[in-house]
Amino acid sequence: MKDLPAQPRDLDGNPVTPGLPMAMLAEITHRCPLACPYCSNPVELTRSQAELPAEDWARVFREAADLGVLQVHISGGEPGARRDLAQIVESASAAGLYVNLITSGIGITRQRLEELDRKGVDHVQLSLQGIRPDMADRISGHPGSWDKKMGFAGWVTEIGFPLTINAVVHRQNMERLPDMIELAETLGARRIEVATVQFHGWADLNRKALMPTREQAVFARQVVNEARIRLRGRMVIDYVPADHHAVYPKACMGGWGSTGLNVAPDGSVLPCHAAGSIGWMRFENIRDRSLSDIWHLSEAFNAFRGTDWMAEPCRSCERKNMDFGGCRCQAMAIAGDARATDPVCSKSPLHAQVIARAEEDAGADMAELIYRRMKKGG
Amino acid sequence: MDPLIASEDIPYLPRGVRLEDDRVRGIRVLQAPERAMQLDAIGDAILSELDGQRSMAAIASDLATRYQAPEDQITGDIRDFLTGLIERRMVFVKSPRVNEVSA
Repeated sequence: MKDLPAQPRDLDGNPVTPGLPMAMLAEITHRCPLACPYCSNPVELTRSQAELPAEDWARVFREAADLGVLQVHISGGEPGARRDLAQIVESASAAGLYVNLITSGIGITRQRLEELDRKGVDHVQLSLQGIRPDMADRISGHPGSWDKKMGFAGWVTEIGFPLTINAVVHRQNMERLPDMIELAETLGARRIEVATVQFHGWADLNRKALMPTREQAVFARQVVNEARIRLRGRMVIDYVPADHHAVYPKACMGGWGSTGLNVAPDGSVLPCHAAGSIGWMRFENIRDRSLSDIWHLSEAFNAFRGTDWMAEPCRSCERKNMDFGGCRCQAMAIAGDARATDPVCSKSPLHAQVIARAEEDAGADMAELIYRRMKKGG
Repeated sequence: MDPLIASEDIPYLPRGVRLEDDRVRGIRVLQAPERAMQLDAIGDAILSELDGQRSMAAIASDLATRYQAPEDQITGDIRDFLTGLIERRMVFVKSPRVNEVSA
């Protein structure tokens, strides 16, 4: 095993100053009963045999809390696919972390949810794939998912957890956004996250079936703006717009290696959940090193810290400390260079090409989906 | 923006919202679903008063006495601060007349 560098430096060797992380995404498994075609897990999924045991997660949580992490998002895959979920939750809570459970609602019984309440889950985020059985079951690839989700949402509010609804929107369901917001209200949610599909990994394989049209992006923005006024003080709406139709890129992760980190099921530690798509990047594993060393000194976390690594047009851009050049994974995927300006930015030389491709995909007469599945065998 | 709390309303921190020390950074924070907010001394002083029993007016009166500040000004500050948190669903309000959550 190679030693970590003694000093934090970006990919060009410029010195950088790591801050402290606030939030950790703990992807405790890639197993999931659903098969959503825009899943944010990598296309190469980790199998159960390679999953980090609960004792290791307990250590990660203690180290995370010592490092400054306040909140842990326990996610997957479906976290309920792990039988030891309650033990994992208990150790996160014991470390003093605020525990968010991010779930599909499938595979967690009422009895288990009550146990998770006792073990310290602070908040539940439930994903919805549509607002009726037909759409929800088709997108999730799981017949019966809708009924199970509605039952689960009822238990969440009966037990008293605060509830967030996560609604991923795309070309096939965007017209129903007003109904999704209304459903979240009916379910008693405090928040709804309306997230347009981000075209990485699995979603990128489904671009032609899921890419929203420009008109849909405009419509969604309008729906969100109106609902925010109407629901002021009753429900919070967080919105991730369709960035292929934006003028400037999103400030991915609030800046690379600045506030968040992601621990994958096998224990590798990534600056964001999609960072594995940057083929040349090496990720350290929590089985080999402390979280503090990985955060402060690993090449992956330091590669794009600060702004010295930027090329033009980012380097001289007045927005470089606002959006940090956008998403590194999108730069890798579209420009073939992780340090390039995010090609969705209007200042990128690839912008016209990105728009043209998004419009072409949005106009594709195609609804068929490639579902997220683990490869057979192993 | 219209205030979302009246003087006689009782503000409280609902389940899932925690007022805490951030021992690593040495600051006070308000933690809520997928949010953590750094608090200054004034914000901390206000939120520390939320006991689910006293109305905003009673809290303002107590703080005005403690900090020897004009009660009108304190009331305005508390109303603005709490309205921002009610908008984010980090503070709930119950009305003394009906025994229900109104926010």
